[in-house]
Amino acid sequence: MSVALIVSGALAIGGALGVILARAPVHSVIALIVNFLGLAGVYLSLQAEFLAVAQVIVYAGAVMILFLFVIALLTVKREPMERLTARTAGRLPLNLLAAFAMAFLVVLAIVRSDPGGSVAVPSNFGTVRAMGETLLVTHVFPFEIAALVLLVAVVGVVVLVGRRPEKGRE
Amino acid sequence: MSLSVQGYLLLSAVISAIGLLGLLVRRNPLIMLMSVELMWGGGALAFIAFARHVGNMDGHAFAFFAMIVAAAEVAIGLALVVALFRGREAVDIDDIQLLKG
Repeated sequence: MSVALIVSGALAIGGALGVILARAPVHSVIALIVNFLGLAGVYLSLQAEFLAVAQVIVYAGAVMILFLFVIALLTVKREPMERLTARTAGRLPLNLLAAFAMAFLVVLAIVRSDPGGSVAVPSNFGTVRAMGETLLVTHVFPFEIAALVLLVAVVGVVVLVGRRPEKGRE
Repeated sequence: MSLSVQGYLLLSAVISAIGLLGLLVRRNPLIMLMSVELMWGGGALAFIAFARHVGNMDGHAFAFFAMIVAAAEVAIGLALVVALFRGREAVDIDDIQLLKG
């Protein structure tokens, strides 16, 4: 296990912890970027070069910029503190229990499973050329559907937050 | 490259569990959305680990589609957050009870 992989995994887990432990949403955004960069490093160790680069561009670039804009829009005047009401505090133990139960079950399933020996991967595994063939030849129909999904998302965002022109005014 | 597929799956499970914990515990909708992003990332890591394990790149395609759907989801989710909390004082998900009878 190489040093780069250990560092990447530690960055991914540390960033994930930072997201849920930070008080201010801006700090969560920074931690999430760290998490995505760590995940990209882990992807590289799995020979998923294209996905590692796409991860950095799409997530650490575009999606987090979107988050930053919304945070700047919503929390420009006030400190966005979460109120720890009695209701919230009462739910906390049950929430912790649910999360740890899921983690316990998944880890148990992984540890007790037998994935079998690793298969020899083809020589062009994970290259951009092979990825393009997978996306645009083998799975071209889901690829087009994905484009439609993005179009629907864009139209939905405009419908949800776009300002409609007032009637009776030029 | 000596970490087995189970090691990657454990990393994926830990990240997903952290995301679930954040989603359940935090009350700020922005941080809850980021926790969902963590869970997407954990799931994609499992797909990529298995793709490497079986030597088939279909898992990469699935992780790519998951990335696209996650981007669409975060765009819609942030639009909802902006629409709901525009002009409100506190950003707290418990204030949203529009559908409560």
